[in-house]
Amino acid sequence: MRHAWTLTKVRIRLALRNRAFIFFSLIFPLGLLFLFLGLGTRGAAARVPYFLASVLALTIMGSFWGLSVQLVTFREQGILRRFRVTPVGAGAMLASSIFSNYIMTIPTVVIEFSVARGIFHLRSWGNIVGIILLVTLGTVTFAALGLIVASVTNTMQETQIINQILWWGFMVLSGATIPLPILPGWLQNLAAFQPATYLVTGLERVMVGQVGVLQLAPELLSLALCATIAFVVSQQLFRWEPEAKAPRRAKLWAASAVIPFLLLGFWENAHGQLRADAHADYLSIQQPSRTDIPR
Amino acid sequence: MGAAIIEVDNLTKSYGDVQALRGVSFSVEEGEVFGLLGPNGAGKTSTVEILEGLRPPGGGRVSVCGLDPQTSGAAFKQVIGAVLQSTALPDKIRVGEALSMFASFYTHRRETGGLLKRFGLEDKKQAFYSQLSGGQKQRLALAMSLVNEPRVIFLDEPTAGLDPQVRREIYDIVEELKKERKTILLTTHYIEEAEKLCDRVAIVDQGRVIALGTPRELKQRSAGTTRIELRLARPEPDGALRNLEGVSDCRASDGEYILHSTGVPRTIVALVKHLEAQGNELASLEITAPTLEDVFLELTGRRLRD
Repeated sequence: MRHAWTLTKVRIRLALRNRAFIFFSLIFPLGLLFLFLGLGTRGAAARVPYFLASVLALTIMGSFWGLSVQLVTFREQGILRRFRVTPVGAGAMLASSIFSNYIMTIPTVVIEFSVARGIFHLRSWGNIVGIILLVTLGTVTFAALGLIVASVTNTMQETQIINQILWWGFMVLSGATIPLPILPGWLQNLAAFQPATYLVTGLERVMVGQVGVLQLAPELLSLALCATIAFVVSQQLFRWEPEAKAPRRAKLWAASAVIPFLLLGFWENAHGQLRADAHADYLSIQQPSRTDIPR
Repeated sequence: MGAAIIEVDNLTKSYGDVQALRGVSFSVEEGEVFGLLGPNGAGKTSTVEILEGLRPPGGGRVSVCGLDPQTSGAAFKQVIGAVLQSTALPDKIRVGEALSMFASFYTHRRETGGLLKRFGLEDKKQAFYSQLSGGQKQRLALAMSLVNEPRVIFLDEPTAGLDPQVRREIYDIVEELKKERKTILLTTHYIEEAEKLCDRVAIVDQGRVIALGTPRELKQRSAGTTRIELRLARPEPDGALRNLEGVSDCRASDGEYILHSTGVPRTIVALVKHLEAQGNELASLEITAPTLEDVFLELTGRRLRD
């Protein structure tokens, strides 16, 4: 744990010296915030929570991209192998990825909330405990997914291709960009099979519906489960050496991270409230109300 | 000399169909600088990486400080220091930061300020890794390998790719470590490095140790033979020179002939007579004591840097 913390501090410093990082973790999410809140709410404060939930979700989901690229770069440049002759283990290295990413996501989230409040007249913070839990679990989950991507790909090119595919899936099929209720029914059913949907719906529910933490149990549990499995799998598949190729069992391990979401998806489609909840929150941006116009 | 601190017994390793190590055995005593000398692909790096715990052995047995590198985990990593081949640090890490970070991983650590000073990196403390020259990077790598006061230091081709001046800097550092009675296992394909730095040398070729001893002992294998390097105005068929009096061996490469002679005066006289008869002329001639290069040539029939 001590090693993980040392590495975390160093990695935060490295990230802050990296212009690409500053762009993707601060400028880009803030751009999205102004785009979504500026265009989406059309001045109605009642619509702010819904769009803010989307931007928060996109900010958090972005974690997987940066982390996978960073870890693959470290491996390809032979940086990881230098750590291998020290007492640092794979667990500490991976944990430092997750910690540093989490610590650096928080300021962006705080800035997003502040802008939403100061400029777009967000009226209520929503269920703060629920928001903290979702932001935390979501950031850890998507960071851990990034670590899985790094562990099953052999080259940066492969990593970027997988990232593109995942990113589009997360963006389009989660409700973060296109509201779930306006997708065809079968796509809505499909959305229940991926983690991003639970993050988006969870955030919408705490921000728009202001539901209690207990009611968030399905979202929180599914994210926690995904994070745990993704961490364990990426630890199992961790490779220090640039020339080490992903073993065949890697794809099996990675697939095992998907199993809880398969089960959850089937359960959700049969008994769950996901679609109904998404629809209820979606209504918040459908009803313009004069009282919403800022004073 | 003390007890063996590194023991390698009949070590083998294959990568697919390629047999990289075919039964390597040697032992290194405490306080000794031991060299693995051989051409690229001889199996030096495989051997070192197995000893560092980076690769599992295929067969045989190794022990370092009485520990098995594969199974002893962090306890083993605490007592070794290593300069690896093909490694790097993040571009935007500062020299001082890197050294402190690596020091923090160990329970027994050295004061990093002293190391920076010793390796001439004091004024580079705030510099980014990407701003360092090749020599500075290598000096930092050496400093990093010493942060934990290791009992054994592995230097895998520590001067490969460096220019001669920087190489000499690295030699000075190793000589200093040698004076401090550090145990060092060094791999190299430079003859000069092995002769200058190592107490004992194992010559490695095609996954085997083909000779082992102090540089002096190894050269005495060629005792009684002297090396004659010559260039001629016109090429001669190999066999002609080999049959000269006193010549035990003759090889040609790049227009240069290397003769090994057991009686230099007789050989020279015979050579001059032969060339006169052929109407050929000497362009240059040099007589030297045998080097480890000659030992390698004698043992393998190939030059070290072929």
